[in-house]
Amino acid sequence: MSAMNAPVDVLIIGAGASGAAVAWSLAETRMRILCLEQGDWVKPTDYPSNGRDYEARQMDEFHFSPNRRASDVDYPVNEDDSPIKVANFNGVGGGTVLYAGHFPRFHPSDFRVRSLDGVADDWPIDYRTLEPYYAENDRMMGVSGLAGDPAYPPKTPVMPPLPLGRTGMALGQGFNQLGWHWWPSDSTIATQEYGGRAPCINLGQCIAGCAQGAKASTDITYWPEALRAGVVLRTRCRVREITTNEAGMASGVIYYDEHGIEQFQPAEVVIVACNGIGTPRILLNSASSRHPDGLANSSGMVGRNLMFHPYAGVYGRFEAALDGHRGPIDAVWSQQFYETDPSRGFVRGYTFETTRGRGPVQTALIGMLSGKLPMGAGHHAAYRGLFDRIAGLVAICEDLPEAHNRVTLDPTLKDSSGIPAPKVSYTLSENSLKMLAHSAARATEVLRAAGAVDVSVTSPLSIGGWHNMGTARMGADPERSVVNEWGRSHDVKNLFIVDGSIFVTSAGVNPTSTIQALALYVADNIKRRLANLFD
Amino acid sequence: MTVPTPSLPAMPVPIQSAAIDSPLSASQRRSLLAVLGCMIPASEVFKVPGADDPLIVADLLNSLKAQAAALITALDRLDALCGQTFHTLAADAQPQALDDFRRADMKHFALLVTLCVQCYYRDDRVMRSLGMEARAPFPKGFEVPAGDYELLDPVRARGPIWRDPTG
Repeated sequence: MSAMNAPVDVLIIGAGASGAAVAWSLAETRMRILCLEQGDWVKPTDYPSNGRDYEARQMDEFHFSPNRRASDVDYPVNEDDSPIKVANFNGVGGGTVLYAGHFPRFHPSDFRVRSLDGVADDWPIDYRTLEPYYAENDRMMGVSGLAGDPAYPPKTPVMPPLPLGRTGMALGQGFNQLGWHWWPSDSTIATQEYGGRAPCINLGQCIAGCAQGAKASTDITYWPEALRAGVVLRTRCRVREITTNEAGMASGVIYYDEHGIEQFQPAEVVIVACNGIGTPRILLNSASSRHPDGLANSSGMVGRNLMFHPYAGVYGRFEAALDGHRGPIDAVWSQQFYETDPSRGFVRGYTFETTRGRGPVQTALIGMLSGKLPMGAGHHAAYRGLFDRIAGLVAICEDLPEAHNRVTLDPTLKDSSGIPAPKVSYTLSENSLKMLAHSAARATEVLRAAGAVDVSVTSPLSIGGWHNMGTARMGADPERSVVNEWGRSHDVKNLFIVDGSIFVTSAGVNPTSTIQALALYVADNIKRRLANLFD
Repeated sequence: MTVPTPSLPAMPVPIQSAAIDSPLSASQRRSLLAVLGCMIPASEVFKVPGADDPLIVADLLNSLKAQAAALITALDRLDALCGQTFHTLAADAQPQALDDFRRADMKHFALLVTLCVQCYYRDDRVMRSLGMEARAPFPKGFEVPAGDYELLDPVRARGPIWRDPTG
């Protein structure tokens, strides 16, 4: 029997990128808002870059794979049937704690892929609809960048761009030689004092958490403001299922508290913000006699259309020292091959992100495992030819939705609370494989033009499941989508979803900016429709 | 057999090398030392110790945590591949045995390499030999030059490349 908590008006599941944004936006309504987060707060003093063992800890308790971390707040993922493995972080801030801070928006064409290219579906909203929410989110997260990027409609970053550094300069010259687009990346890494955040000091450890607090994770951006405005956040609370009443409405959630005790939390509105893997997991685990196939799943689309971004990684060795382990991972992007060109043999496109380099341990590890760095007497001289001399490009390829790529509940694997783990079944499409091959060949050209003397390709990056999208898609048609054009479930009219699972398509860019813009947009719709929210 | 450590200038001890409770048997410990010395031997030229240096080995064993069992498994598998205990192989046969292990059992080879390099490349003496300060990244950070944004002039000159779906 569950213990009963005091009812709330709005219950948000998940305190990551989207949960934080929707909580902050709704706070002005003065409703009783509660967020349940299965992980903890992370103290900046706990981040690896505080210690000499920073690269070891990045491969252990701060690894982006939940299966690798396997902490008590993580849930396991069965990814045996996927060439791309899931990455996430369970804690206040969610994936923003471990992301690189790369912050591109979608393009106007990304919302119209059916109309423009005859594939997938158009979104029920467009770039112009989201534009004010992108701008608001840029202000809240604090985006650095350089105005005037010809790959985008006009937009104005709130801080100056990250340093190009030696790496950005070298690769920029490579792009220039080929006559291809490149531009300083939009980033949520502060380049000056901003909203209480200190500017970046080039620790180079963005993807293991920023000890300086320069990178905008939502635990230091949205959450402090949301908490001051009265939102309540309970950590180490793991939601098992969303409950419904006889009227077919969500009535609350059953969760395990920090002591592992089962609790029932009643709520008038439930908002799910658990990412493209966690959200379908909870919806499917909320099956009942009223919803035998899972909650909000009359369309059968919950868990389907899983999209990652297939990544190709291409790395070059240079004769001269570059930035190496110093500085934010990202410096520059290129969207030369972003928009569809039928002559390439695939539809849609990709973004190149530059990567600065590797720390001393990673340099040795990758070199020795690949066989490029010898063991024995020749090790030291060869190592000095690699250290601080590696730079690369990763291609973030648009993944198109396919119903057979999906998240289901694993029949046997469970988390430490006994909740079924998600099982990921995913194959790379022919379109993705062609795009990956194209991107690897073009990246090799850029690196050669930039002066690389030795280039290696890893494609796809098996560890690269950082972006999990599409598993509770948005749409106007209840038979083909899970939520409507403003994030409300077609089936359960007081249930909303605000994370990347509502994406219709994936675009060819990192999704966090769009996830948060969507969360603010859904929150705005809730606020504007409060009088008739459930009609 | 281990590669002898060259004489090095006195350096501050980075990590305590106090006696530790090793989960390894004496034989496994000898094999581990042999593996480490074979992977990264000491160098007079670069003035660095080998990965079998006592301080580095102590750091490795101190930081094993949950990986101790996997390390023992890896050493057992290496022995099995060699047909004898690794440290009893002739020194000139050990590099080939390790390379064979890399090809035959990447998972366990990767564990050995990871344990080796994550301690070796944070050693004060090694970091200094690479021109690094022997410290954590935070709080001092690093310098990165801003660069020259005029390099973007040809990109600007080519004009917009985004597709407007409204025509």
